[in-house]
Amino acid sequence: MDVLDLSRWQFGITTVYHFLFVPITIGLGFLVAGFETAWLRTGHERWLRLTKFYGKLFLINFALGVVTGIVQEFQFGMNWSAYSRAVGNIFGAPLAIEALLAFFMESTFLGLWIFGWDRLPPKVHAATMWIAATGTLLSAYFILAANAWMQHPVGYTYNTKTHQYNLASFRDVMFNPAQLAGFPHVIAGCFLTAGSLVAGVALWQLLRRPAIDAGQAVAFRHALKAGAITAIVGAVAVMITGDTQAKLFTTQYQPMKMAAAEALYHTATPAPFSLLTIGTLNGTRPIFQITLPRLLSFLATGNWSATVHGIDNLQAQYQAQFGPGSYIPIVPVIYWSFRIMVGVGLLAALIAIVMLWVTRRERRARGMDHAPADEETVVRIRGTDRAWWRRTLIVAAVILPLLPLIGNTGGWIMTEMGRQPWIVYGQMKTSAGVSSNSAGEVLASLIIFTLLYGVLAVIEGGLMLKYIRGGLTSEPLPTYGSPPAGGPEDGAGSDTGSGETAELVY
Amino acid sequence: MHLSDLWFILIAVLWAGYFVLEGFDFGTGILLPFLGRAHDNDKRVMINSIGPVWDGNEVWLLTAGGATFAAFPAWYAAMFSAFYLPLLIILVALIIRGVAFEYRGKRDSDRWRAGWDSAIFLGSLVPAVLWGVAFGNIVRGIPLNAAEHFTGNFFTFLNLYALLGGLTTLVLFTLHGALFLALRTTGDLRARANRTAGYVGVVAIVAGAGFLAWTEASYRASNTSGEGIASVALAALAAVALIVAVFLNRLGREGAAFAANAVTILAAVAALFTALYPNVLPSTISPAYSLTTANAASEARTLAVMTVVACIFLPFVLAYQAWTYWVFRKRVFAPAGSAKRPTSPPPSPPRPATRPS
Repeated sequence: MDVLDLSRWQFGITTVYHFLFVPITIGLGFLVAGFETAWLRTGHERWLRLTKFYGKLFLINFALGVVTGIVQEFQFGMNWSAYSRAVGNIFGAPLAIEALLAFFMESTFLGLWIFGWDRLPPKVHAATMWIAATGTLLSAYFILAANAWMQHPVGYTYNTKTHQYNLASFRDVMFNPAQLAGFPHVIAGCFLTAGSLVAGVALWQLLRRPAIDAGQAVAFRHALKAGAITAIVGAVAVMITGDTQAKLFTTQYQPMKMAAAEALYHTATPAPFSLLTIGTLNGTRPIFQITLPRLLSFLATGNWSATVHGIDNLQAQYQAQFGPGSYIPIVPVIYWSFRIMVGVGLLAALIAIVMLWVTRRERRARGMDHAPADEETVVRIRGTDRAWWRRTLIVAAVILPLLPLIGNTGGWIMTEMGRQPWIVYGQMKTSAGVSSNSAGEVLASLIIFTLLYGVLAVIEGGLMLKYIRGGLTSEPLPTYGSPPAGGPEDGAGSDTGSGETAELVY
Repeated sequence: MHLSDLWFILIAVLWAGYFVLEGFDFGTGILLPFLGRAHDNDKRVMINSIGPVWDGNEVWLLTAGGATFAAFPAWYAAMFSAFYLPLLIILVALIIRGVAFEYRGKRDSDRWRAGWDSAIFLGSLVPAVLWGVAFGNIVRGIPLNAAEHFTGNFFTFLNLYALLGGLTTLVLFTLHGALFLALRTTGDLRARANRTAGYVGVVAIVAGAGFLAWTEASYRASNTSGEGIASVALAALAAVALIVAVFLNRLGREGAAFAANAVTILAAVAALFTALYPNVLPSTISPAYSLTTANAASEARTLAVMTVVACIFLPFVLAYQAWTYWVFRKRVFAPAGSAKRPTSPPPSPPRPATRPS
């Protein structure tokens, strides 16, 4: 493999890995903030216990998201220096703004949240998590705006003397239509991911044996409801935004990517939808196809009889436009990553709906009035007297948190590999963006990152399971306090101070 | 003044901020096996003293990197690809260190904690050295050809001047950490941190003065311009502040000593950047190939947008980071009977604090 392939593998591995943690961070941050706010609003201790429980999972996950994010910021310059030099005027700006606006906000306010239980007034403490979560959302906006520019470059001029892309309109770059379609899709996916994690863990707790005590069961029933509803709303939003994005890319921005995603080789009017396509291994032509007539035309354009361009025709068109070379991504990868993304997304939504159904309160089914005593004592899960159904639900609870992770990965592989051979679509080829480092250096970093990330994944997974199994601990009520008045303490006085001390958090 | 000059200054400020803040995080990590050897409580106190702030401190680095990318794409591209292997090592160190802070207390096992303690130590030591080596090489220049490609290899970076730079940042950050711990902890740990700062301070004075003198004597871009003279003045200020910091530490004036050492780091970074100016990455092959604030900078529109964004948001960042330090300004010490971290905090109201015996 040459430097280009090695650099692409490294970017792919490190980025996919990083994005395992990002959606959980974004979605779960808001859910944990919601739980803490619920605790402050209702005074029910279960919300505090849930805040601490899911907060721990959030932090275990966040740690890896942060440290793998540093690599992301550096490897544009390390591995893609020709690209960085060419596009830094435009692409660098959102990255710098992301650090200034979002990274500071997340890290600082999360530090306050972790260590501030006994230092901040309750509302301020809850606010720090809301602010940190907002920071993650801002971060996503800027980095996705940068990515959207690679997918659909706008607001630039090209300087033929310096071979650099210069900023023509910052507003156009920030409000790129590809970004306006892509950002909601990614964020909806984050809520699907975090909702699935919360609901999956909660259902597993409700089904585990020996059974958890009634207090925990009631708490996890609430968590399950919150998680499942978040996941379902997220899934619906993912579908709507995904449809918008697909139409935009098929008809305007990257018809080749969508043709590859549908394994549509020849331009068709109307175009059929591929239920199953088996092609040659290199993806240059189909061997066997099952299709539904006209459906692709409708999905791609909203019109049952519209034309959809095929791979071979687009290739001919691009050769005429950009010169000789292949403009076809690896079709089987795009085709299957697209289908995996859609498939697991739908399955996750289905499981979330089933979860809500099986944990519905009996009294509602029977039309009974609200009975508080009932709520505090019994959490029934429908049908679990049948062993096969109980086992099925346990399997569903375990795989639910994993499904969106697979879906997110599939989505990114489709969108990034589907853009190839371009690094900036229609402007700059990936092969022109790579650094002039030796293959040995890049191979070394590829191996080191892969091994290190692998080890960290095992450690992280082990910790997640440990804390999931641990269940809700009986938390003491936080000793929320306002920062004591008076100047900064210097000298021996603080040894005894006001007589209060923080628990050591780490 | 051109906007590109402003961004050169701003990037210098970001690096200076990074070294002042992450400097004591690194120092605390480096001192972990030495000051925290008595029992686990000391280690926990040390880690908790930087716990709420280390991640925010690290963002200064990310912002410096991002700002370089946006304001000087050619600098970012040439520097990050040239320093490929050193940066790889720094990244690995920062990764294991960051994970170690968060995961160390997550299992109640001595082996588990010991492993993460090593990760914190190495993850602090390695960047503390390599940042100095990297900055030494940036000021000294690296073999860049006409295509702005680095033509050296890993051993190009291991010259005596840059290695002295590495030693300087190592001892300076270790001193910074010791002064920070003396300021932020209590009892025996505080006393040991104070003593350690005394020893390390002497080494820091020798190494730092040597490195800065060598910089001013050999690697200033200009001997006559205002920047060249300012660089000498800043280096002198750094040396004086360092001596003052060590002296104040002897007197037990912990806050003032820490502040003086922060001035040392700020002035030293400023001296390096003014020595570098108007280059951003000199070429040792030919001055014609050097990257400068003029030829490496982004176009005016990008710089203007970035300037507006920075003017609006940087004050907020400074304000809430300062507030965080205010919230956690109290000295950290271990609650009684917490020699080992309980899996769940015991359900009791806050207890009166006593020193660990």
